[in-house]
Amino acid sequence: MRWLGLAIVVTIVLAIISLFVGVSDVSLGALLSSSPEDRPMQVLLISRIPRTLAIILSGASMAIAGLVMQMVVRNRFVEPSTAGTTESASLGFLVITLLAPGWPLMGKMLVSALFALGGTALFLRILRAVPLRDVLLVPLIGIMLGGIIGAVTAFIAYRYGLMASLLAWSMGDFSGILRGRYELLWIGLACCALAYIAADRFTVAGMGKDFTTNLGLNYQRVMVLGLVIVSLVSAVVLVSVGSIPFLGLIVPNLVSLMVGDNMRRTVPWVALGGAGFVLACDIVGRIVRYPYEIPISVVVGVLGSMIFLFLLLRTRRHAA
Amino acid sequence: MIVTSQVTKSYGATAVVDGVSLTLPSGGITSIIGPNGAGKSTLLSMVSRLMAMDKGTVTVDGLDVTSTPSDVLARRLSILRQENHMTARLTVRDLVSFGRYPYTKGRLTVDDKRHIDEAILYLNLTELTDRFLDELSGGQRQRAFVAMVLCQNTDYVLLDEPLNNLDMKHAMGMMKLLRKAANELGKTVVLVLHDINFASWYSDYIVAMKHGKVVNQGPAEHMINPAVLSEIYDMEIKVHEIGGQRISVYYE
Repeated sequence: MRWLGLAIVVTIVLAIISLFVGVSDVSLGALLSSSPEDRPMQVLLISRIPRTLAIILSGASMAIAGLVMQMVVRNRFVEPSTAGTTESASLGFLVITLLAPGWPLMGKMLVSALFALGGTALFLRILRAVPLRDVLLVPLIGIMLGGIIGAVTAFIAYRYGLMASLLAWSMGDFSGILRGRYELLWIGLACCALAYIAADRFTVAGMGKDFTTNLGLNYQRVMVLGLVIVSLVSAVVLVSVGSIPFLGLIVPNLVSLMVGDNMRRTVPWVALGGAGFVLACDIVGRIVRYPYEIPISVVVGVLGSMIFLFLLLRTRRHAA
Repeated sequence: MIVTSQVTKSYGATAVVDGVSLTLPSGGITSIIGPNGAGKSTLLSMVSRLMAMDKGTVTVDGLDVTSTPSDVLARRLSILRQENHMTARLTVRDLVSFGRYPYTKGRLTVDDKRHIDEAILYLNLTELTDRFLDELSGGQRQRAFVAMVLCQNTDYVLLDEPLNNLDMKHAMGMMKLLRKAANELGKTVVLVLHDINFASWYSDYIVAMKHGKVVNQGPAEHMINPAVLSEIYDMEIKVHEIGGQRISVYYE
């Protein structure tokens, strides 16, 4: 409990730093010495606060999506970007942008979430058909499926001259976040709350189908609830900031090493860890090439793949 | 009382369980024995609604297992299968606590905590309560799983090869514990067992299966008999009486 308090403090400190890092001068002094209509306060309200909120919301909800997916698929190495979910969401968003460009973002997001749900269901269907002897085969299949769906998406985008837009939304980036352009992410927070409410169910499902049935729970229903959460979060984050790879993988795995897999205990850790990790990565991305920015997906990708490798090697040693 | 009627399960053309009609008495320990591939585990899985049957019905105290709500059954019957690949990192105490899930849906009362402590004590896991399952030996893990099932506090406890992974001392301890649960708490324990001497020593009733069918059944003293056993296992089995217990010898 004490450690969780410390984690909350660290996250808040990172959030405050995030508010004051950037090209435009926003400092306490500048805020106090100018009127609310002046530039510093306006930058804070229109850009910095929305950006920081977007980072916290998307970081926490992507990490939770990874956690839920790992519980229902019962594999440590799946998350939306290694199960075809993110790519399916992206395909859905492209299709609805082509078919109904005038739809509100909310409607497009829901279509994207439906595609994500379908893609993930297809992934699970393939898993049932393939005899799995190795835990690593599961994410490999997911990555291959994601590759195929991604290729279809790229083909369609190419035919309709939308490659630039596709690239823009498939690469996570917080620099375009302004007031009015991130609010969908609150749905991600609602999904986190839902994951916390249903935490015991997911833990039971993580013990396997037979244990779940023995304890009187409907395994299928828990699976569906989990997949809905995962698909919604993936779609919401994709349409708001773009995809953030590895996040749903590393945060839950590190938390699992520390406090185990009882979700009632891990949900707060994973949500805070996800928010804190993305905050830190975003601050790094803003500072490294100051005054220019490196997109978040690049920073998270570099750091994340290193931690991923560490986790993989650790598992290998553990198994041997 | 568990009643199965014409229960059948086939994979392709081969029936793994073939029209089994059985009445398992309430109370005491019933062991299901038989050679590999006789359909013992499959039958147990169907009785406990883990596996759907192709034909037939199973009732537990008159409740049809396919139509009774799963959470109602979970307060009456518990099942532990033989292979338990647990990927979730849970502590022993967490795992045993989930045995209370059918009653609490996650919110533990003082009474639940008493059940959890008792189950942990019963299976001698006190020193391991805060250890993660993946840090335990196979035998310790098996005891933790059984503790969870006992914590579920159901009238019927079904265990598929509970002695798997256990050394002699713990195997004996486990059977004694189940005997105690049957005698003192009035539980009905149904086991799939491979070791016929354990079955002989601790069971009240024995059911023998072969090729998906029940080939013989009866009280332990009727079943542990050279003619009956030889027919079940297709080999010569001698039975000696030692200290009032029938012990089978089949090593040559």
